[in-house]
Amino acid sequence: MKKRTGVFVCHCGINIAGTVDVKNVAKELSKHQGVAHAEDYVYMCSDPGQKLIENAIKEHKLDSVVVACCSPSLHESTFRNVTQSTGLNPYQCEIANIREQCSWVHKDTEKATNKAKKIVKSIVEKVLRNESLEPISVPVTKRAMVIGGGISGIQSALDIANGGHEVILVERSPSIGGHMIQLSETFPTLDCSQCIMTPKMVEVSKHPKIKLMTYSEIQEISGYVGNFKVKILKKPTYVDPDVCTLCDECTKVCPVVVPNEFDEGLTGRKAIYIPFPQAIPASFTLDIDSCPGLVPIACGKCADVCEPNAIDFDMKPEIVEEEVGAIVVATGYDLYGMDKIAEYGYGKIPDVLNGLQFERLLSASGPTSGKVIRPSDHKAPKEVVFIQCCGSRDPELHKPYCSKICCMYTAKHAMLYKEHVPDGQAYVFYIDIRSGGKNYEEFVQRAVEEEEVMYLRGKVSKVFQNNGKVTVWGVDTLTGKEIEINADMVVLAMAMVPSNQSNELAKKLKIALDKDGFLAEAHPKLRPVESVTGGLFLAGAGQAPKDIPEAVAQASGAASKVQAMFSSDELHQEPIVAAVDEEMCSGCKLCIPICPYEARVFDKEKGIVSVNEVLCEGCGSCIVACPSGAAQQKNFTDDQIYSMVDIILKGD
Amino acid sequence: MDKFEPKIVSFACNWCTSAGADLAGTSRMEYLPNSIIIRVMCSSRVDPQHILWAFKKGADGVFIGGCHPGDCHYIDGNYKTLRRAKLLKKLLKDFGIEPERLCLEWVSAAEGKKFVSVINHFTEEMRTLGPLKLPEEKRI
Repeated sequence: MKKRTGVFVCHCGINIAGTVDVKNVAKELSKHQGVAHAEDYVYMCSDPGQKLIENAIKEHKLDSVVVACCSPSLHESTFRNVTQSTGLNPYQCEIANIREQCSWVHKDTEKATNKAKKIVKSIVEKVLRNESLEPISVPVTKRAMVIGGGISGIQSALDIANGGHEVILVERSPSIGGHMIQLSETFPTLDCSQCIMTPKMVEVSKHPKIKLMTYSEIQEISGYVGNFKVKILKKPTYVDPDVCTLCDECTKVCPVVVPNEFDEGLTGRKAIYIPFPQAIPASFTLDIDSCPGLVPIACGKCADVCEPNAIDFDMKPEIVEEEVGAIVVATGYDLYGMDKIAEYGYGKIPDVLNGLQFERLLSASGPTSGKVIRPSDHKAPKEVVFIQCCGSRDPELHKPYCSKICCMYTAKHAMLYKEHVPDGQAYVFYIDIRSGGKNYEEFVQRAVEEEEVMYLRGKVSKVFQNNGKVTVWGVDTLTGKEIEINADMVVLAMAMVPSNQSNELAKKLKIALDKDGFLAEAHPKLRPVESVTGGLFLAGAGQAPKDIPEAVAQASGAASKVQAMFSSDELHQEPIVAAVDEEMCSGCKLCIPICPYEARVFDKEKGIVSVNEVLCEGCGSCIVACPSGAAQQKNFTDDQIYSMVDIILKGD
Repeated sequence: MDKFEPKIVSFACNWCTSAGADLAGTSRMEYLPNSIIIRVMCSSRVDPQHILWAFKKGADGVFIGGCHPGDCHYIDGNYKTLRRAKLLKKLLKDFGIEPERLCLEWVSAAEGKKFVSVINHFTEEMRTLGPLKLPEEKRI
């Protein structure tokens, strides 16, 4: 049966009509084979415009529609809804992009009009061969997984759980809390970080809907939006948390001392340890990498002194399988290594610290109970130099991006330092001060005016040890003078980088990374909390450097996306998937390794390769691999592409 | 005599290059009008046979635009396109078609400017190269 297509050419005010002779386009298209009706209108997307299409479909008994207007990314759904409202299948409506890809990029009316005609004709040829399709329904498993137990992961998990859905929170280290629990105070309010963080951590541990899996890593992930299967490796802690009474006897006898991660190496910890007093879960972990051996003959002192017998050397790694419908990835950040900037003396000068180490020095729960002292001689530093942009904004040697939080936390550091050492002097080397954010600029001004922090605009060329002092050579670019400061301590505001295993995890999850290794969002402006893969959402500093309120906002955003997804029992996917002509398929299986989604499966009974429509994302690469032409992509068939090419190349 | 105006068929992936072309439009960047885009979901949907078909039907140049390596919306479709295009370029000579008539470029959704320069450059190149003269028996 021959199709009856309607063509609707939009003026878009003068956006299209200013360059393209729209009446001429409509007139010529009305003569095109298969076109039963063509007209133009000033704004097709307006209510009267939509009504006009609706009426024309009924009046001219159209069975398909081409709207020649702006990009399909803008109004495709508008016009498909109009088409659907008249009882037609929405996939019988296609958009010819004559604005972004024609009228806005050409000035010559004749040339632009001719091009517009060809664009519209090519889409008419496509729509004449379009099938009516139904969206593919997929059931949803209404459980979520959150990967990463920092503030973002915690916030997402709590939001989803409070929405009534089960959440599995997976954290690779022995306790949740992330970097925020290490911080002393937070800008710009100077709230005690632990005081605002620990209630949330406790809430996670007590929440009936949250299953907490610490010391666990994602091993494998399969499935698709709404239906993921995740294998989680639960590493053995060798301590039964239900039996451990936190008496701390084991650490007293443990002979091994290794750098304490929580204190950023400023102190040591034993091989059996609790990361910090408020750790959740509150239990000890035996770090197998530093323990001399799990057999009594090697050591076994901890087990000897453990009165409740909580230590179990026979604990084995466990693989746990979970099924979830959505995953929030909140893998957070690490600091760029200080060893990467050799001229700042890391490793050679004990009094050169990074921002997180300085947080631990400031913290009341830190190694010095909040006393700011130099690691080298335990004296209070009278002059401290803070260097911003260490590794950030340096495209030649380090990271090209701004780490966003360093201006603010350096101001906070300087301010808190002055509180601890009132007669001290703080210097800050900066490139620019970026204090965009609620009450942020006022906070920096307070550091400058009230705490008399000396801000020097310029970079530091060298930091070296000099008679017990740490000498800083820099330049003040405002006065043009070279500066030498004989300081007692130097704090480096290192760049934020994606946390060290997020690269591997992203590969397992099939989430793209941006050029700097951060998790890539689906759209930088309009879809900042989604990844391009359906059902995977992003939260926190794993996506880009951000501060706590931004991380929390994104985490809540991701959580509400998850809840919106869980609000219906089924999801609908685009049906423009691969299809196989069973008569033609020879079962050569060439398409199977081509498919990145494992959607092509060999059907032994029929001897053909079929398509799992739910897994198929509709890229079309298997169609090209098919030597017989048995595989076709729905509404992107070879026949359609050939006829589009034909009409584009047809002589005028 | 009028300057030779080549006919160019462009295949652009939905996520990167077509969006990049949209951005060129939104930013009102002008470019040469010789090419018309056929939007496909992924550049890996473009079959070497589509390209040969275009040459057979009178295209002087064929352009394929995909996402940058590592950025493919479908994980690695653009690598498949790259392999296919490289192989096809080797074969084009045997068909009496200059390999330069097939152009594969990575244009992201943020690269409106790159889209413009790629299309302008390719069009100019085809202008210089002149019309594709296929041996008679290869035309239909």
